[in-house]
Amino acid sequence: MSDSNTEKKVPTRPLPKLNELDTGEFWQATANKEFRYQQCANCGTIVWHPRAHCTGCVDGDLRWKVSAGKGTIYSFSVVRLSYHPFFRTKVPYAVAYVDLDEGPRFLTNVTGIDDPLTDVRVGQRVELAWEEHDELSIPLVRPA
Amino acid sequence: MASQSRDAAIVGIHEYPSRDVEGRVNALQIKAASAAKALADAGLTWSDVDAIYDAGEGGPMSGLMISEYFGIKPTVMDTTGVGGSSYEFHAAHALRAIREGKAKVALLTYGSTAHSNAMAIGAGGRGGGISPGDNMETFAGQTLIANYAMVAQRHMHQYGTTSEQLAEISTATRFHAMRNPEAVQAMTDLDFVGIQETTIEDVVNSRMIADPLHLLECCMVSDGGGAVVIASADVAANCKKSPVWILGTGEATKYPENGADITTSAGAQSAPIAFAEAGVNPAEIDIAMIYDSFSITVLALLEDLGFCAKGEGGAWVEGGRLRFDRPNDGPALNTDGGGLSSNHPGMRGIFLLLEATRQLRGESTSQVADARLAIAHGNGGMLGARHSAASVILGRD
Repeated sequence: MSDSNTEKKVPTRPLPKLNELDTGEFWQATANKEFRYQQCANCGTIVWHPRAHCTGCVDGDLRWKVSAGKGTIYSFSVVRLSYHPFFRTKVPYAVAYVDLDEGPRFLTNVTGIDDPLTDVRVGQRVELAWEEHDELSIPLVRPA
Repeated sequence: MASQSRDAAIVGIHEYPSRDVEGRVNALQIKAASAAKALADAGLTWSDVDAIYDAGEGGPMSGLMISEYFGIKPTVMDTTGVGGSSYEFHAAHALRAIREGKAKVALLTYGSTAHSNAMAIGAGGRGGGISPGDNMETFAGQTLIANYAMVAQRHMHQYGTTSEQLAEISTATRFHAMRNPEAVQAMTDLDFVGIQETTIEDVVNSRMIADPLHLLECCMVSDGGGAVVIASADVAANCKKSPVWILGTGEATKYPENGADITTSAGAQSAPIAFAEAGVNPAEIDIAMIYDSFSITVLALLEDLGFCAKGEGGAWVEGGRLRFDRPNDGPALNTDGGGLSSNHPGMRGIFLLLEATRQLRGESTSQVADARLAIAHGNGGMLGARHSAASVILGRD
């Protein structure tokens, strides 16, 4: 899903907010291509999506960890129809839930493939493939 | 059958007939027109209503606004708004309020002009980073349909379910829709191509929208609405139509979690609570009104509600089993034509209660002879992510 640059204004991928209070720190770290997740030092719960409190205990002590960036596709779909101004120009494209080896399951797109209709499958091993933007990077995945 | 409490009953219903209002009426007017008809159906009037239930489609402070609009001063107000299943939650809450003696007559209404407003519900852009969850997901361009499709994809992977099996949901609901004049009119007004009974081949050969879901596995986007009146036993005894009792209810939620199985929905939690309260089991159910946003929604829910084991839904639905004319094979599914082929203005939950009531009154256009027990199960939100579920077991005298 690489963007081809043209002279005229083209719609762009909707980007996350860097100052969102629960998840902003995650996105700030993506500028360095770090995929961070939280684990509670008190109860061990891996919290995803990021947030300010532990969902496993009420006296949580969340610590940031960095994923090694390897995971498995839990499920996926290939979007054929979208009315979104950016994504309608990208169909067909693959969306997937990826289970990182450390535990977090995140939603992303599969890139680095010839044809999303044939080259994506449940159980496929993937690795992070960062798409660079001005102040952050988007964690896509590609076949490992 | 265990002892059933019969404290509250559906006594009045109305389904707004038009699915394409062409700007002539708005959502609030659909709600009010439906409320008046449902009250008349019960032999009641505005001043009898002492409890208002509203899912908030009218905007902020919806309970206050809708009370003024109707001209009602309720002593019970509930604005639970959890998407398409809101009305099953409302029915559950109305039963409790009436059982506690806090209310006698509860009014549930819904109105929407999603079609006229050209709302892109299934394939539109997802929300704008309001919640932390959105801030993590919006970049991926997952349409609502694609989220449900991921459940189907995983169901196929885990259990060997096929597109042909999923198509059974679509063919059964279309079979029922063709017997329902309002559903046929709806498909006509919404410019459906091929308004006729469909085959499995028709469904799997229709255009792919989000793999593995085809066009004919996706619900329509219509205008519409409706109303339900729920009353205490003493009020119900004097209503025009025979009561349809709320025998049991259950509520649950589910959201994305690390390592969770998305082929199982919150319905697996809400349904056993409802069945236990009603003192009945799935094998006794005649009518299954299950929120058919997509084919996979129904397949997963037939399993979650206990009609068959998890993973066996594909084989279970084969051969037209869900049709109304197969009463010995388990419940008839969505005998009005469902969201797939009759009515889906965005939050279909109220129509599940309406058609279940018609069946238990003997008023359906695909009437199951001597139907005695129905389940209305709403699923709101996204089946493969965050969603709310409520199950309502209904029975007649």
